[in-house]
Amino acid sequence: MSAARRSLALHGGLIALLFALQFVLPDYHHGNLARIMVLASYAVGYNILFGYTGLLSLGHALFFAAGMYGMGLTIQHLGFTPAPALVAGLVTGIVVSAGLALLALRTSGVAFMIVTLMFAQAGYLTILYFGEYTRGDEGFVIQQAERVLWGIDLSDPTNRYFAALILFAICLMTCLHLVQRPFGKTLVAVRENEERVRMLGYDTFAHKLGAMIVSGTISAAAGAVYGLLFGYVGASFASVQYSIFPLLWVLLGGAGTVLGPFIGTLFMFYLIDFSSGITTAYMLIAGVALVVLTLFAPQGLTGELRRRLWRWLP
Amino acid sequence: MDFGPYILLASLEGAVTAAVLALTAVGLSLVFGVMRVVNIAHGEFFMLGAVIAWWVAQSMGGHPAVGFAAALVIAPLAVAAIAVAADMTILKRLDYDPERTIVATIGLLYIIQQVTLMTYGPDARPVEAPFDTRLAIPWIERGEGGWQLYWPWGLGTTSYKLAVIGAAGAVLIGVWLLMSRTRIGLVMRATQMDRDMALAFAIPVEKVYALVFGLGAGLAALGAVLIVPIQQAHYLMGADPLLLSFIVVIIGGLGSLPGTVLAAVFIGLSDGIISVFFSPTLAKILATLLVGMVLVFRPQGLFGSRAA
Repeated sequence: MSAARRSLALHGGLIALLFALQFVLPDYHHGNLARIMVLASYAVGYNILFGYTGLLSLGHALFFAAGMYGMGLTIQHLGFTPAPALVAGLVTGIVVSAGLALLALRTSGVAFMIVTLMFAQAGYLTILYFGEYTRGDEGFVIQQAERVLWGIDLSDPTNRYFAALILFAICLMTCLHLVQRPFGKTLVAVRENEERVRMLGYDTFAHKLGAMIVSGTISAAAGAVYGLLFGYVGASFASVQYSIFPLLWVLLGGAGTVLGPFIGTLFMFYLIDFSSGITTAYMLIAGVALVVLTLFAPQGLTGELRRRLWRWLP
Repeated sequence: MDFGPYILLASLEGAVTAAVLALTAVGLSLVFGVMRVVNIAHGEFFMLGAVIAWWVAQSMGGHPAVGFAAALVIAPLAVAAIAVAADMTILKRLDYDPERTIVATIGLLYIIQQVTLMTYGPDARPVEAPFDTRLAIPWIERGEGGWQLYWPWGLGTTSYKLAVIGAAGAVLIGVWLLMSRTRIGLVMRATQMDRDMALAFAIPVEKVYALVFGLGAGLAALGAVLIVPIQQAHYLMGADPLLLSFIVVIIGGLGSLPGTVLAAVFIGLSDGIISVFFSPTLAKILATLLVGMVLVFRPQGLFGSRAA
């Protein structure tokens, strides 16, 4: 079997497994897994920029929130139905990520991190500032009647699970497809040595711009779907913490691997779920994980797997 | 109140913010300048300073001034010791790689913050000021009988606030003397200019790094001890100083001490004045956007001369 086929089988297998799990999981984990799949889609988006292109963004919550508020505000104030609202969320995501990319990509390294952090913070504060429309920290609930997409009630657990699975499958396959194309390979080359790629005649700025827009749009899609599936839109999703989470998930799962974001999200979700039962200071786990990962396993779980066992893993 | 006294009050409040901000930001700037490490956990060192100050003042008893004086010595030293330990166990092992240290200090931020939550708890607690006399400020106005002095209601400050400004100024002069006049300052500047060359001249670079990281954290803690009688100690209080110090350090030019102090005064005053007339949120939005734009279009900072 060729490497491409093998990886298609592996990722298709994961989606089939998730589909099958729907019928056997108990309620609690069923709900958790739906949430994990949406958040993993967010991490997949983050990974395209961080893992493959080598640009560490500290402001992805801006994109997640752009999708979420693009969807939520149009439902809340303009009376949109879910389908056009989702499109509105996606378009907001594209516009915001393209805008930030045009500014932030003029910098690199540490300056890039701080610029993304600052703009995301400005976005978060803007949401608080317009509290009249966004309800600020408190957020607003999207009523069940407004969450019916083409006659399917998305607040129903089974429908919700399938919707999350569809989103995750699309994001995962997009990422897999992308990294096997010349575009994705060029991104990896930019990560390894931007100077050399530029010398070979590639337009590195255009590639980084493309990567950031794809990454931001996937994150926005995850944000919009998250708001719709779980019926809540709030400013906490735009805070720094939600920029740190995808970084944490991707680092844990393995940066620059297609499967890594899902594995990282799964592990971290249950780790935090487990520890929040013991203490209110559950973010301590996230902090310890970040430090330990950077110290001992910068490749993450899937990265280690690739290094030791499956060298073909995309 | 008229417009004039209002502005004066706003700039007095702004001056207190600026004084504490200058201390915190100089700490961040030192760490970045010498070590090239962006310390995201800097705000948590600030918070630790305030929390330890509360703890010391609480356990001392007696006159508030005794507890406060003890806190002023113990808190910065304790925080510096914690920072040195973090440097030796974490940052050194990452070889001070800029991107990986950012991720590690984000982790450190959560560790410090959450451990504080587990031990100190979620409450905000005050420390009593050592002295707190109210001072009314007169204002000149042209009345019927020519110019006359009067005391507008609400215009005033406390002796403690003025002392904070004075103390911060003294410490900043001390830091400047340390950097420019002493041997250890010379060693730090040599390390900042060229790490490899410093190493070749037998400067113990790793010890210098640990010292600088401790000094930076200690300055943040000192700023926090000064502010804690005005603003209570709370486990989430590190976020704002972190953000503001970032803004100051970037606008002042990364690693430039005079630029940092200048920018702290500028940001502190304008933050105070904008917050009085508009909402504090708007002031923060404008400040963060300014930082982003400065980094994009003028990476050497408004006052600096060297690229980041």
